Amino acid sequence: MQRRTFISRAFAATAAIAATLAGPLPALADALESIKSSGKLRVAVPQDFPPFGSVGADMAAKGYDIDMATLIAEKLGVKVELVPVTSANRIPYLQTNKVDLVISSLGKNPDREKVVDFSTAYAPFYNGVFAPAGLDIKSTADLAGKTVGVTRGAIEDLELTKVAPPSATIKRYEDNNGTISAFLSGQVEAVATGNVVAAAILERNPPKRPEPKFLIKNSPCYIGLGKNEPALLEKVNGIIATAKTDGSLNKIAEKWLGTSLPADL
Amino acid sequence: MHYIFDFSWIWDYGPVILKGLFVTVELTLVGAVAGVLLGILCAWIRTLGPEMLRPPVAAYVELIRNTPFMIQLFFIFFGLPSVGVQLSELQAANLAMIINLGAYSCEIIRAGIEATPKGQFEAGAALALRPLQTFRLVILVPALQRIWPALSSQIVIVMLGSAVVSQIAAEDVTFAANFIQSRTFRAFEAYMLSTAIYLLFAIALRQLLNQMGRWIFPKVAAR
Repeated sequence: MQRRTFISRAFAATAAIAATLAGPLPALADALESIKSSGKLRVAVPQDFPPFGSVGADMAAKGYDIDMATLIAEKLGVKVELVPVTSANRIPYLQTNKVDLVISSLGKNPDREKVVDFSTAYAPFYNGVFAPAGLDIKSTADLAGKTVGVTRGAIEDLELTKVAPPSATIKRYEDNNGTISAFLSGQVEAVATGNVVAAAILERNPPKRPEPKFLIKNSPCYIGLGKNEPALLEKVNGIIATAKTDGSLNKIAEKWLGTSLPADL
Repeated sequence: MHYIFDFSWIWDYGPVILKGLFVTVELTLVGAVAGVLLGILCAWIRTLGPEMLRPPVAAYVELIRNTPFMIQLFFIFFGLPSVGVQLSELQAANLAMIINLGAYSCEIIRAGIEATPKGQFEAGAALALRPLQTFRLVILVPALQRIWPALSSQIVIVMLGSAVVSQIAAEDVTFAANFIQSRTFRAFEAYMLSTAIYLLFAIALRQLLNQMGRWIFPKVAAR
């Protein structure tokens, strides 16, 4: 009898906490105004996704996205505050107003467009399937009977889940390090990931070399913003456009991707 | 109230959740049964078994009890392939849970054995039982009975700890919650559901272990 009372109390307490959490959120002021008045721009950046974002030997964040975040903060005349995120939690960070912008090699899709707004593209990016040279894969159909590793929630996960043949096994890892480790340790035969991730693995000259097999999607990176922030969106788009014409964006691309920006970006 | 609950995805993702529940239950049952058997073996070695085997078993127990479960799991899944031992994520998860519970239950069961009055060993010898028979027929059951609540708790802890197997892409309840969260962006609902599943399963598991205790152990006069 006593145990039942305890359980029902536990449920009541849980419900009470849930009700508190579900209470009204404070009404948000215009995001651009609040960035300027607080004097800092909070940006979600990747922590495990070189060359877009990683932690250097000096423990400081570095990468394409970090340089982009610094550039935008500079142009807004505020300080930048980098918030390290994973590819699975970067949108929740924006939804819960823990950051102002997501500059985290974010791709665009209709589901995401329902919950966040996107700037114009700021970085080239494509996803494909990569596997050692010996493995004969030319298209999605060739994945039949094979094991492919992806990072859960990433765009290649969503795309591959739709198009992969039923006999292909998709293994979903928590972050890119998991996906890379799974490939290098032979737990998966192929990985679906970005061009830059494969390039970063190749740079380390591993025994298993991820060679590009086929393209899943060309999806340049966009900056994610909260819904309905026209002032901030216009400002960010303006900064990106200037950076494209004055060559500062090209400099970032050459520094981190080793190539200049493609003409169609 | 600005937050509107949306559980409409539950029908689309029902199979993912059911599979997750199945994997968590499977991991728990296999881990609990094999882990406790391993624990009994190790406890026997550390108390009554051959002297020669005691140092390696002690080393195993210390190694497992003083390192994080997640590192043990990663070592088996990502590390062992380097020396040619390739295990699937479920095999790796099962193995990690067995060796983890094996070490903890060894120490719990050892406490039960060591609390056995000397007279019981002498009684076994007086009945002309060999040492192993004495252990199996006279010592073990009362020893387990003494530590059953602690052992039950350890099994529940290991079940809850199984949540980290989603890190190696084993598709358990936590994987299902993360999967739904990254597809629907309904984090609140997805984790609310997974919390409820773990809570109910933990309560059910505890009840089951209590019932098993009543069933396995002979009734004794209340002390």
